[in-house]
Amino acid sequence: MSSHTPKTTGDKLVYMANQIALNLALDDNPVAATADHIAHFWDPRMKAMIFADDRSRLSPIARDAIAVLARGHEPTSQTRATDPQAHGTDAG
Amino acid sequence: MGYERQADFGTPEVVSDQTVTLTIDGRAVAVPAGTTVMRAAAVSGGSIPKLCASDNLQQFGSCRLCLVEIDGMRGTPASCTTPVAEGMAVHTQTARLQKLRKGVMELYISDHPLDCLTCSANNDCELQDQAAAVGLRDVRYGYQGENHLDQPVDTSNPYFDFDPSKCIACSRCVRACDEVQGTFALTIDGRGFASKVSAGLASDNFLGSECVSCGACVQACPTATLQEKAVKEIGKPERAVVTTCAYCGVGCTFRAEMRGEQLVRMVPWKDGKANRGHSCVKGRFAWGYAQHQDRILSPMIRTSIDQPWQEVSWEVALAHTASELKRIAAQYGRLALGGITSSRCTNEETFLVQKLVRAGFGNNNVDTCARVCHSPTGYGLKTTFGTSAGTQDFDSVEDSDVILVIGANPTDGHPVFASRMKRRLRQGAKLIVIDPRRTDLVRSPHVEADYHLPLRPGTNVAVLTAMAHVIVTERLADEAFIRERCDWDEYAHWADFVSDQRHSPEFLEPVTGVPAADVRAAARLYATGGNGAIYYGLGVTEHSQGSSTVMAIANLSMVTGNIGRRGVGVNPLRGQNNVQGACDMGSFPHELSGYRHVSDAAARALFEGEWGVAIDPEPGLRIPNMLDAATDGTFKALYIQGEDILQSDPDTHHVAAGLAAMECVIVHDLFLNETANYAHVFLPGSTFLEKNGTFTNAERRIQPVRKVMEPLNGYEDWQVTQELARAMGLEWTYTHPSEIMDEIARLTPTFAGVSFARLDAEGSLQWPVTADAPDGSPIMHIDGFVRGKGKFVVTDYVPTDERTGPRFPLLLTTGRILSHYNVGAQTRRTANVAWHPEDLLEIHPTDAENRGLKSGDWVRLASRSGETTLRATVTDRVAPGVVYTTFHHPATQANVVTTDFSDWATNCPEYKVTAVQITPSNGPSEWQEDYAAQATQSRRIAPAEAAE
Repeated sequence: MSSHTPKTTGDKLVYMANQIALNLALDDNPVAATADHIAHFWDPRMKAMIFADDRSRLSPIARDAIAVLARGHEPTSQTRATDPQAHGTDAG
Repeated sequence: MGYERQADFGTPEVVSDQTVTLTIDGRAVAVPAGTTVMRAAAVSGGSIPKLCASDNLQQFGSCRLCLVEIDGMRGTPASCTTPVAEGMAVHTQTARLQKLRKGVMELYISDHPLDCLTCSANNDCELQDQAAAVGLRDVRYGYQGENHLDQPVDTSNPYFDFDPSKCIACSRCVRACDEVQGTFALTIDGRGFASKVSAGLASDNFLGSECVSCGACVQACPTATLQEKAVKEIGKPERAVVTTCAYCGVGCTFRAEMRGEQLVRMVPWKDGKANRGHSCVKGRFAWGYAQHQDRILSPMIRTSIDQPWQEVSWEVALAHTASELKRIAAQYGRLALGGITSSRCTNEETFLVQKLVRAGFGNNNVDTCARVCHSPTGYGLKTTFGTSAGTQDFDSVEDSDVILVIGANPTDGHPVFASRMKRRLRQGAKLIVIDPRRTDLVRSPHVEADYHLPLRPGTNVAVLTAMAHVIVTERLADEAFIRERCDWDEYAHWADFVSDQRHSPEFLEPVTGVPAADVRAAARLYATGGNGAIYYGLGVTEHSQGSSTVMAIANLSMVTGNIGRRGVGVNPLRGQNNVQGACDMGSFPHELSGYRHVSDAAARALFEGEWGVAIDPEPGLRIPNMLDAATDGTFKALYIQGEDILQSDPDTHHVAAGLAAMECVIVHDLFLNETANYAHVFLPGSTFLEKNGTFTNAERRIQPVRKVMEPLNGYEDWQVTQELARAMGLEWTYTHPSEIMDEIARLTPTFAGVSFARLDAEGSLQWPVTADAPDGSPIMHIDGFVRGKGKFVVTDYVPTDERTGPRFPLLLTTGRILSHYNVGAQTRRTANVAWHPEDLLEIHPTDAENRGLKSGDWVRLASRSGETTLRATVTDRVAPGVVYTTFHHPATQANVVTTDFSDWATNCPEYKVTAVQITPSNGPSEWQEDYAAQATQSRRIAPAEAAE
């Protein structure tokens, strides 16, 4: 495995959260977008792991997003990829 | 159906608003203006003798057999080159024509072997038919004169022979290669009596030539000159069944031509709407794996992966599997179980696997091989357009003026569609190729890219944003379209972003390696050249910014108004035959069928009502997350249908560790694949020839898969999954896949109008098939995005963390080759290995010289993840600093060097960028030798008596 890539699942989750936050950094509300993405695509055990992890390794956006989720807040959908209503006759 | 040749109307169909009425042999006939007399006669039930004409080829007028008489017209014109005219009176059977045709046939037959009774084409030969049709009874010239009867037969191609002694020089094969396939491998060599069909240079045989073995020439040949070896070995087919190919996402339909239970040949179905009667070497010929001796036909179990397999009955295997799954659920909890659906299996089969996971295992731990290919397409297109699918049908390319191909190599990966694309390019459409390699499309006979942007791997987003910068700052945007169809505020925000100087081609040139002038020119061409269509493949998705790249592509299409009509659009070229379908069927851990998120209470209620169980509202694990959880000890059992994750997924060491940590790995497949080395249960699978169901291709086209022979293993795959579900206590009672499709239609709005009966009647349907679109939807978003406006998404370029450096100075990118498919499990078990017996590493001459390498040398390919060895081929198809290989052979295991970096939104692996070093080697690495030994050990099957 890459010497500069994470090795434990906890490391990987931190890397993933930071990567999501970085790619959503220019969103209107990057913290909400990051929280929304993690809420809608991560398995509960992944969320539980990162909630329990040392958050000092998280970027500011990711850290705030995880804090939002850890408080049990249900983020509203920020994109159609996470919007339950974004389907229908054309939305597949 | 019984065996009949496919109808051939002689010349291509003509589309015209005007109708012309004429008489043929006294019968009134009305056809579109521009139609030939030959075709008019054929469509009205008549028949004019012909040899050089075929309705998938342009008129040629060579054989002089199709002569007719026309009132008021001098002579006897060829009906294949004569267009109809209003009031024309045509005579196809007169004494004069009879004499002329007989004379022509006499000349043909005077130089043709008279071995009809022993010829493999006997009773299936157009020359024989036409000799009978013109009433030829003798040949006045005798057979002793100069002839071609002693020409040697070329048997070099593994699938068909070329016997020039039977050739009538009609040029159909040459024209098929030119017009249909677009390879231009064949020619008529020599002049006059010396004219003969030649595959390239005189020194070439078919195997050594540029022929790509698509079979178009064999299909076109009216004699036994070019004929499948299988016909010679087995005999003429007795019946034909139309079914759908199980290779790539083009979804070609074929006539499986059978003799008894034996498949004689696969012939492309002319009425197939995806392939329009064409094929490639895989679908046409590479089906021998279905009867390969490596197929496992009995279920097997073992207590641990270091034990030999024990053959058992289906009852024992299924009871044991269900018992293990229940034990693990009781011991570790329901979230310790999961499944992987297969993009090679049918919609019905993938639907049942995800149903088993959701309704039987009680969680959403289901994923599919789209995770490692087109999951970013689903995310990106749903975010921007609201639809997780491509926007066009394949026919759409016929109206494209500018074709932009990015991260795709369609001549190798999607060859049948590539042929249609090349035909449009030969007609004058412009071509932009964005790819680190100089793919065949960049320059091939009669096709040359107007712009090839050989970007540095990993910089797709930078290049596409630079193109957007040009379009916006040079005021080339289609403002009217944007105002009508998109959210204007989002557009303004995005336009402001891309207009920043840091997104200019000049600023980004050092990052992308692409000359700024070329980026500007390509952007201008795409924006102003007419109908602009974008086609993309895994070179877009398999990056750390795969989803961002998909959204950047969608942005480009919207800013130029290239969406919502024929000739334009965003077109993901799907890798496997049923990637689209597997995704549609709810194979992702966060979505039910029809891409409805599991958090959607209304959608869950629908399924809960149908299935009688509660659906977990939380997303499940993706494949890489399953492997992580396995090494962490929280994921213990995995049912894998038709996928070989050990060979296909990245970072082989990590995949192996995850599998080894599980207590019950169930592999349901044709062969003991690489993943089966870590399996505890093996359930034999069935091939596409042995099952009923449907596949959905890259254009959302749902097509029937029909059983042409009984499953060698005894069961179709959906039956195996059903029996496993029943052993788990689920009361499933499907008796036919049509009942599964009926359930899919009840639960999935986009499939509401789909049924086997409708598919049989229509041949195929493109979803959505709804009350509003009862006949399906070839083109999406015609009048608007039904769910809101098109969304521009800001896509900032974020460099991958996979960087080159002193230890690993080169970038590896991976892909596939024409003759092989995915991990090669099928094609390696066919004669296709003649073209590609091993994975090779492409390296630029400069990089090779610096390392003292030449073509054929063994090299060590090493990354931070691992290393392997393979042989090098030195070529300037790759740029300096970039190397390339395929992943078709387990002996190479190219994925031992790929990393665990992945797309930020979907975890689609970053296969296309790995920092590597290449050094000389003298043979397989220690890891390869250890792996081969372990695989051999793992595949041991205990003798039958020991199994009892």
